[in-house]
Amino acid sequence: MDKKKGIRKKIEVQNKLGLHARPAAIFVQTANRFKSDIEVIKGRQKVNGKSIMGIMTLAAGLGASIILHVSGDDQEAAMEELARLFENNFGEEANRPS
Amino acid sequence: MMTLKGIGVSPGFAVGKAFVRHSDDPFVVAPRAITEAEISREIARFEDALTRTRAEILGIRKKILNQIGRESSDIFNAHLMILEDRTLIEDVIALVKERGVSCEYAFSTILQRYFQAFAQIDDEYLKERISDIKDIGRRLLNNLYGEREDLGALKERGIVISHDLSPSDTAMMDKNNVLAFVTEIGGPTSHTAILGRSMEIPAVVGVDHVTSKIKTGDRVIVDGTHGLLIADPDEQTIQEYTRKEQHFIEVTTELDKLRDLPAQTLDGKRISLGANIEFHDEIPSVIAHGAEGIGLYRTEYFYMNRSDLPGEEEQYRAYKQVAERIFPHSVIVRTLDLGGDKFLSLLDVPHEMNPFLGCRAIRFCLTRIDIFKVQLRAILRASAHGKIKIMYPMISSISEIRQATEILTECKEELKKEGVPFDAAMEVGAMIEIPSAAITSDALAKEVDFFSIGTNDLIQYTLAVDRVNEKIAYLYEPTHPAILSLIRLVVVNAHRQKKWVGTCGEMSGDPAIAVLLLGLDIDEISTSPFVVPKVKKAIRAVRYTDAQAIAHQALKFHTGAEVKRFIDAEVNLIAKDLLAEE
Repeated sequence: MDKKKGIRKKIEVQNKLGLHARPAAIFVQTANRFKSDIEVIKGRQKVNGKSIMGIMTLAAGLGASIILHVSGDDQEAAMEELARLFENNFGEEANRPS
Repeated sequence: MMTLKGIGVSPGFAVGKAFVRHSDDPFVVAPRAITEAEISREIARFEDALTRTRAEILGIRKKILNQIGRESSDIFNAHLMILEDRTLIEDVIALVKERGVSCEYAFSTILQRYFQAFAQIDDEYLKERISDIKDIGRRLLNNLYGEREDLGALKERGIVISHDLSPSDTAMMDKNNVLAFVTEIGGPTSHTAILGRSMEIPAVVGVDHVTSKIKTGDRVIVDGTHGLLIADPDEQTIQEYTRKEQHFIEVTTELDKLRDLPAQTLDGKRISLGANIEFHDEIPSVIAHGAEGIGLYRTEYFYMNRSDLPGEEEQYRAYKQVAERIFPHSVIVRTLDLGGDKFLSLLDVPHEMNPFLGCRAIRFCLTRIDIFKVQLRAILRASAHGKIKIMYPMISSISEIRQATEILTECKEELKKEGVPFDAAMEVGAMIEIPSAAITSDALAKEVDFFSIGTNDLIQYTLAVDRVNEKIAYLYEPTHPAILSLIRLVVVNAHRQKKWVGTCGEMSGDPAIAVLLLGLDIDEISTSPFVVPKVKKAIRAVRYTDAQAIAHQALKFHTGAEVKRFIDAEVNLIAKDLLAEE
């Protein structure tokens, strides 16, 4: 096991669909391109970021606050890519809570 | 070779290919244990099913993409990701390894966990995703099971193996192709049992996990006579059962020739031979087996599996139909016999410590006169359309008969006032199944037109033997001297009052016991439709005077086993081939 502590980042879900369906799929596909372990934490729930089923059980909808925890050799690159997905609202039309 | 035990509910033998249909809910998978050596094979099977399912979805996605467009095909990307979800796959494989269970079971167990997790999430969108997962799960399970087909796809002759059979299932299938039925759930009065008997094909119910132990296409043997299913039989066993099957068919064909002949002894004594039924669907079987009427029409069926009470009109129509179809013979309608092991959920009856000794049958009806009267009125109205007799179950004393008769008289007066026709002379009988009723049958005989001895319960109550407790099954002896004495007593007491006596238990299915009952001067025997020809053959094979002599002797023994040995030997002597088929 990698002894690296990993990096954490707090993110607010701002895309309309939340971390559901297509966004969830994009997130998981992206996560799977990296070797690092990726965890997504919401409240007391922690799931494997490479598992679509896990991400779906998180039910992170619009406005939810989550923490990404990435640890491994490519952790910096992975975090950068994943965070960017949220910043771009997973390619949806930019959406702000109204 | 592996023998699975169940309950034989329709006799006969069948050798053939299994046609397995799994539960309607594909995610209800019976656990199947695997050995350590099978684990790697099981995991390979799972991986293989994943690959095949993936190929299927890719195919569908391509089709949708071409025909409809990108947006609609996106959903299949999510499906593919579920299939490729390492957490899911690893959880399944871990369960297979740790618990030594089949991958179908492991997969469905893991999926159930997700369903539960999703169901708790307060998000409509996500709840709907359950259907996506179910869709993909169903596909994967289909691939795991191999051929998983609807009963409608039963294109060649085979043995139907299913978790359960519903009327709609059986409506779909081509019955000419069914050699036998085997189900995981159900009892002697389940739909499968009734269907098996009316179609005259072997049926076994209550075989645990049979749908996960047998695969479609497997060669199996069904023994409906003894309640067995033999998986992967060797050649010798197949030959043995093929012979048994042929013999059974020969015997049945031979027995069918008796259909239109009376149940009459060699020296001209004739008794009435009826059939016991629960559903009016069984009437064709009653007629086909040459029964002279219905000696026991159970009416609990109307009250079970529903959320309301059956009305007078509904019951009237059913009783009328039976009476008309069985005419010119008669039908004996037994009033509601709820309690014991069958009770109405809708009545909110309190749990009892000893339900077989509790508020059941006539006891229940006398506390719920409102429910009882609906049935009595329906039976009375139907009596205008044929020959109907009525009998009360679980009579333990004369006061119950009197109370019931009072209520019946009340119903008659109501109908008279309303100008509704009924048979004013309808015979009324008491079931004799409690020792106290048998012992006081001299007094009871004055209150009724006939007795029907319910031997199943009479044995249970007299010998204090729970019929469904396997541990004490050896104590359940129909030929116990106490039983013979009680039957004899009831017959003598009834005949003294010029009343007739029937029996409606299963014991008459044994030819030697049928002869014994004849010798005890029973006037009527009623039994399952398919047993009727056997009883008729026994009656026709003996002289009444011989049967009387046998009964006379039989009453002198001190144990049930001695009685049984004696009657078997005697019957064997006077009618050699009667017992040969047993």
